[in-house]
Amino acid sequence: MNGYVRVDWRASLSLTGRVLLYLAVPLSIPLVTAVIYGEGWIPFLVTIGVTTLAGFALSQLDDDHDLGAREGFLMVAATWLAVALVGTIPYLLADHGTASTLSWPNVPNALFESMSGFTTTGATVMGQIGVEHHSHALLLWRQLTQWLGGMGIVVLAVAILPELSVGGAQLMDAEAPGPGIEKLTPRIAETARVLWIAYFAFTVLEIFLLYGLQLTGLAQEMTLFNAISHGLTTLPTGGFSPEAYSIQAFSAAVQWVIIPFMVVAGTNFALFWGLVRGEPLSLLEDEEFRFYTGVMATLTAVLTVVLFVGPSLPGTTGLAGIEESLRHGLFQVVSIVTTTGYASFDFNNWTTTAQYLLLFGMFLGGSAGSTGGAIKMVRWLVIAKSIKRELFTTVHPEAVSPVRLGGRALDESAVRGIHTFTLLYIALFFLGVVVLMLDAGRVGMELQVLDGLSAIAATIGNVGPGFGVVGPMESYLPFPWTSKLWMVFLMWIGRLEIFPVLVLLTRAYWRS
Amino acid sequence: MRVIVIGAGEVGSSVAGSLADEHEVVVVDVDGDRIDALTYELDVLAIEGDGAAIETLREAGLEASDLLIAVTDDDETNIVSCGTAKTLADVTTIARVRSTKYLNTWNNAEGALGVDAMVGTNLLTARKIASMIGLPAARDVDTFAEGTIQMADFELAADSPVAGQTVAQADRFDDLTFAAILCPDEDGTCEEIVIPRGETTLTAGDEVVVIGTDEAVTAFSHAVAPDDDYHDVLVVGGSSVGYQTAKLLEERGIRPKLIDHDPERARYLSEALSGTTVLEADATDRDFLKRENIDAVDVVVTTLESDEGNLLAGLLAKRLGADRAIAVVEDRSYVDLFETVGIDVAVQPREVAAEEITRFTREQHAENVAIIGSDQAEVIEIEIDSESVFDGRPIREVAADLPDGVVVGAITRDGKYIRPRGETIVETGDHVVVFAEAAGLDETLAKL
Repeated sequence: MNGYVRVDWRASLSLTGRVLLYLAVPLSIPLVTAVIYGEGWIPFLVTIGVTTLAGFALSQLDDDHDLGAREGFLMVAATWLAVALVGTIPYLLADHGTASTLSWPNVPNALFESMSGFTTTGATVMGQIGVEHHSHALLLWRQLTQWLGGMGIVVLAVAILPELSVGGAQLMDAEAPGPGIEKLTPRIAETARVLWIAYFAFTVLEIFLLYGLQLTGLAQEMTLFNAISHGLTTLPTGGFSPEAYSIQAFSAAVQWVIIPFMVVAGTNFALFWGLVRGEPLSLLEDEEFRFYTGVMATLTAVLTVVLFVGPSLPGTTGLAGIEESLRHGLFQVVSIVTTTGYASFDFNNWTTTAQYLLLFGMFLGGSAGSTGGAIKMVRWLVIAKSIKRELFTTVHPEAVSPVRLGGRALDESAVRGIHTFTLLYIALFFLGVVVLMLDAGRVGMELQVLDGLSAIAATIGNVGPGFGVVGPMESYLPFPWTSKLWMVFLMWIGRLEIFPVLVLLTRAYWRS
Repeated sequence: MRVIVIGAGEVGSSVAGSLADEHEVVVVDVDGDRIDALTYELDVLAIEGDGAAIETLREAGLEASDLLIAVTDDDETNIVSCGTAKTLADVTTIARVRSTKYLNTWNNAEGALGVDAMVGTNLLTARKIASMIGLPAARDVDTFAEGTIQMADFELAADSPVAGQTVAQADRFDDLTFAAILCPDEDGTCEEIVIPRGETTLTAGDEVVVIGTDEAVTAFSHAVAPDDDYHDVLVVGGSSVGYQTAKLLEERGIRPKLIDHDPERARYLSEALSGTTVLEADATDRDFLKRENIDAVDVVVTTLESDEGNLLAGLLAKRLGADRAIAVVEDRSYVDLFETVGIDVAVQPREVAAEEITRFTREQHAENVAIIGSDQAEVIEIEIDSESVFDGRPIREVAADLPDGVVVGAITRDGKYIRPRGETIVETGDHVVVFAEAAGLDETLAKL
């Protein structure tokens, strides 16, 4: 390195190394699973070895963890990349000799699956999914990557590593969805712990309820393995499923149970802290939460009508038809808006009207401080309010009218930041589509407009499935490897909300 | 414990920073930018709001807090914050005030205004200056054990007789311990702290921290700078600090001169200070200064309202022949600059206040605290109880249990000085004055 570098990259990477060291702990879960099911456990042992060695090597770079804002960005971006790379190994080594149609020693595919997991996207390149084709251990690892990425790997690190207590706020800010962070308690580590405990508690509750449905005979398919698997990917708004037909494989009861948990996952977790502290109204008092639920309710109403009157759901008549339209309409709106990406029905067979409604939903995203992706409700809310303000000042040029959120006036710099982010997101989306179309054209792949748009919207917004080629029952496998790597990049930059990654690509970042 | 700090200025940030490692700290300030900055700088919960308002205090979790420290730049806000907090919850309150008016009220009525401890910055600053004047060549002085023990921090000038000697050679004083040597780097900040051994050489430019009896420290001070003896003191500026300083000097039998350019203020000061020669003049008037024999002045203390004025007045007085200049500096970032261009000691009221507040907030039975450098080390006075590692054991044995960078500087028993030696056995009730580097501070505090 030359003398001009003004970033203490050693400090950043040594912390990334610390996180890699700890990654051995969740990796031991699929290892144990493999032993229980009598499957190949060597891949996980190898992965644990690699992450331990790499983590140890990186953490030796520096023993002083004094992180500034710059180092924080690098640490967060590098950690996500490093974790995704480690997560690639089980896919490459597992499933030799099974009936997999994937030629698995295929690095871009494995990296795509791993990044899609950690970023809670849920887009898959597995041509065939299910315990018939892959080991339980590998499928569980695939679910687990989403659970780790949901509330945030770095937030988890802040919760358990005492040396991150001071720089932790910077790191969480770089990783956590939405503008800015909210400290709930004086200590940042405690704040991180509160978030993770809430997340963990909801996960356990969902697993419990799902398995309960099987015990009461309301869901034949919901084995304990399935209950755990879906619990691990609902709360992070992930969307992976060990079932080939996603949530369509399960009964209506299961679908009704999963809906509220997706809504919770897309809610700002800081609001649950208010509930714990005995302020039951904190949810309803939060403007973003009202907006988030209001938008979903409106979209659901529209989609339900579209499904009921149109040919999307065959045989929808009478009361049962209303229930079915409402269930799939609600499930799909919530699943797409929160960026979970589960499918209760193969919406590839729906009318284009219904599909474009969902495409619109892909840009909304969950709340700030939730596990959802995409642009986030609070930003849309502020944009709507600032447009309203522009109209108002056209009529009253002298009016001074701050943009208010929850009764508090926002700084103009915050409003500007939200505008900038949203524009950047949309610009990146179009750039993503253009690059994807060019790359698909290069190899002569036929790609419909809606399919291309939805593939990029679903990867950058961490939604998962799109339409047509990349529909909920399809996979991203047909794309050329170059496109897959492009989408890996988009998932990464989308999960970290662009700036922490983008800033690393500027000269100014590396020079003073 | 949970601590609420009202005011995120220099004092507030400094206090919050020193408490954040040990306690849960909530900082309240009306300035949103300061709050945002603090959220990322320190591991504390920073809340935007008015600390004197009930809603803000509730939001800060007052009911669950043990201590409230009000250190905004506004006396009234601080007092009202404490009073409000007292009505709402059972908290200990500390207020920082500048004005001695409130301090007097509080001193004369136990627990008045809802304040449990009042830190009067002006008075503390004046005390600091007065103790500096008593010790020529010292850059910082703090007293312990009810005044029997002093800690002083000397910078060795190149012409000092002690420079170039080893510690063993310089240590000609019975009741004195060399606690530490701070080796500064080029820009004047301390680079490393050396715990002196007998063979350690003292070089010019080093800062030496010594702990011992009043007499011994004064004697050492003369050894460092033999021809310094202050009788002729000039105070520039009749501000509250200037007035208090002159008053403290009078009590010591020094007859200072005090300059103030405001006729009414000068009149008031001359009535209030019987032992001081009050001059109504402009401190930058060279002719006047020459007439008043400025070249015979041993030390000039500048206590004007502005830092820049203090710098100018101090430099001018030195140029015309005054030996030393002590200046009050409000802005922390000026300290190094002032000391580089020729002010001998820059005294910061905010730092003095932060030291005092830190002293109050020490959970342990620490009686007194002095902060060395920029939080690199502390000198702490502890009363030994049966829980302490010291209890009934010789110092040599205890030293093995304490972290590196800890030096026992002095012991007092029933108000009398005891020389700390390896075989000295410490008893319950003794007051021990210890120098400890910041790195091992928490561990040390826990064990003492």
